[in-house]
Amino acid sequence: MKRKRKSSEIILAALTWTAAAATIGILLYLVVFILIKGIPYLTPSLFSFTYTSDNVSLTPALVSTVVITALSLVIAVPLGIFAAIYLCEYARRGNRAVALIRMTCETLAGIPSIIFGLFGLLFFVGALGWGFSVLSGACTLAVMILPLVMRTAEEAILAVPDIWREGAFGLGAGRLRTVFRIVLPAAAPGILAGIILAVGRIVGETAALLYTAGTVAQIPTTPMQSARTLSVHMYALSSEGLHSDQGYATAVVLLVVVILINALSAGIARRCGAKK
Amino acid sequence: MNCFEIKDLHLYYGAFHALKNVSLDIAAKNITAFIGPSGCGKSTFLKTLNRMNDLVEGCVIKGSVQLDGEDIYGGIDLSRLRRRVGMVFQKPNPFPMSVYDNIAFGPRTHGVRKRYELDAIVEGALKDAAIWDEVKDRLKSPALGLSGGQQQRLCIARALAVAPEVLLLDEPTSALDPISTGKIEELLLALRDKYSIIIVTHNMQQAARISDTTVFFLLGEIIEYGETETLFARPANKRTEAYITGRFG
Ligand SMILES: Nc1ncnc2c1ncn2[C@@H]1O[C@H](COP(=O)(O)OP(=O)(O)O)[C@@H](O)[C@H]1O
Ligand SMILES: [Mg+2]
Repeated sequence: MKRKRKSSEIILAALTWTAAAATIGILLYLVVFILIKGIPYLTPSLFSFTYTSDNVSLTPALVSTVVITALSLVIAVPLGIFAAIYLCEYARRGNRAVALIRMTCETLAGIPSIIFGLFGLLFFVGALGWGFSVLSGACTLAVMILPLVMRTAEEAILAVPDIWREGAFGLGAGRLRTVFRIVLPAAAPGILAGIILAVGRIVGETAALLYTAGTVAQIPTTPMQSARTLSVHMYALSSEGLHSDQGYATAVVLLVVVILINALSAGIARRCGAKK
Repeated sequence: MNCFEIKDLHLYYGAFHALKNVSLDIAAKNITAFIGPSGCGKSTFLKTLNRMNDLVEGCVIKGSVQLDGEDIYGGIDLSRLRRRVGMVFQKPNPFPMSVYDNIAFGPRTHGVRKRYELDAIVEGALKDAAIWDEVKDRLKSPALGLSGGQQQRLCIARALAVAPEVLLLDEPTSALDPISTGKIEELLLALRDKYSIIIVTHNMQQAARISDTTVFFLLGEIIEYGETETLFARPANKRTEAYITGRFG
């Protein structure tokens, strides 16, 4: 009996270690692979201000990434937060419409991004006539991240204890003041964490953008121009095959951006953990 | 003089008849204690006095509740009602902000903006709640860093900061240790000349120690009420006697 338990324990430990080693190994391999392949090509010309088919500069893509991300957030974040506030604070609990909205939201969150791309192509690019543009891309991404922003905001708002709401009402504060002075500040770290997740999705997105923002590699001067983000840039370089090395270099930059975003979200998570 | 006059009050949570034909006059500048076994409707009744039941869906109220002769279920301004009738809850609930901002929340809600006015109100409220000496050096630090007993006195200070006439307290010491409880009881006795205090407690010694009038609830009805000493010494009703001698509940 004792021996048997011991051997099963050893097997379990071995499995655990293998799994852990595999996870770390794959991640390390991936990162090291990208770094080795990419770093040698991180040349100044890759960062020149304008793109030519010669230097395949990623600077315009970096700028476009920031612009598209910002624009998507400007659209999706207020919508998502206000929707969450409505669902949690104003809608009557057990309301049918609320249940429907929640279900829709969960379904939307599970849809592959290329479907959103197709929708953007049909609706923003086609029906609204915005063409391949920053605006079409940002709107498509906004639709894509809306469920994520809304769900995380909802969870953060629901996690705010009712005793604080009662305390505020008990002092004569109305619902609006209670929401803006008590509930939202308390929910802010959770909401922010959701926004950062959304940024991560935007930065990593290609499928939905190929169909909507197009692949022009210059810095857009109006929202109606086509532009490519870093991910799309990398995809284009790799798939065209002429500049795969620069594609790896772009991957390095993308990796750095993603790591920065993760560090930021970890920092925020730690700060809100410390507060409680 | 009475602060509250309640007549023929019925309260329903959906189909559940939680308060049955409650009529009661509550004296001003006195401590009134509500006692009774848990689930008998003490909190529910307390919450009808500042209309916190409005937040409960499916809650229906019939009858009249008058505050200084004004029907609070008529066209009264809710915010003003809750300024006049403050509330302290069972579990200390300071907001996740500084001590100062906690106390200033109420006055700011009611339009006080000037820094020096707020400073004076905060200091006054904290002194009234006998917690000034403990927090005067940490007004800017988070209120959630205080001990449980301090948090509850802070909540009392927060309620006092809007200069209420009535203070409702729902088992304010049930989550506290005996020393903190003692401090709060002392505090309530000190506040008794300035405010009408209504306290729910299921600690009968507490009711006997601090209240002038005691009201005994059972299953949503008032069984008996009167001067605390009399009620505890010579209860008129058999069920009151059974409860205060610990034979049920
Ligand atoms: N929001 C609510 N919805 C439905 N029933 C409730 C609600 N709040 C309280 N009750 C019921 O009303 C009765 C009185 O509750 P309460 O006033 O909290 O009692 P007490 O404070 O005396 O312990 C209990 O039976 C309780 O289950
Ligand atoms: Mg209660």
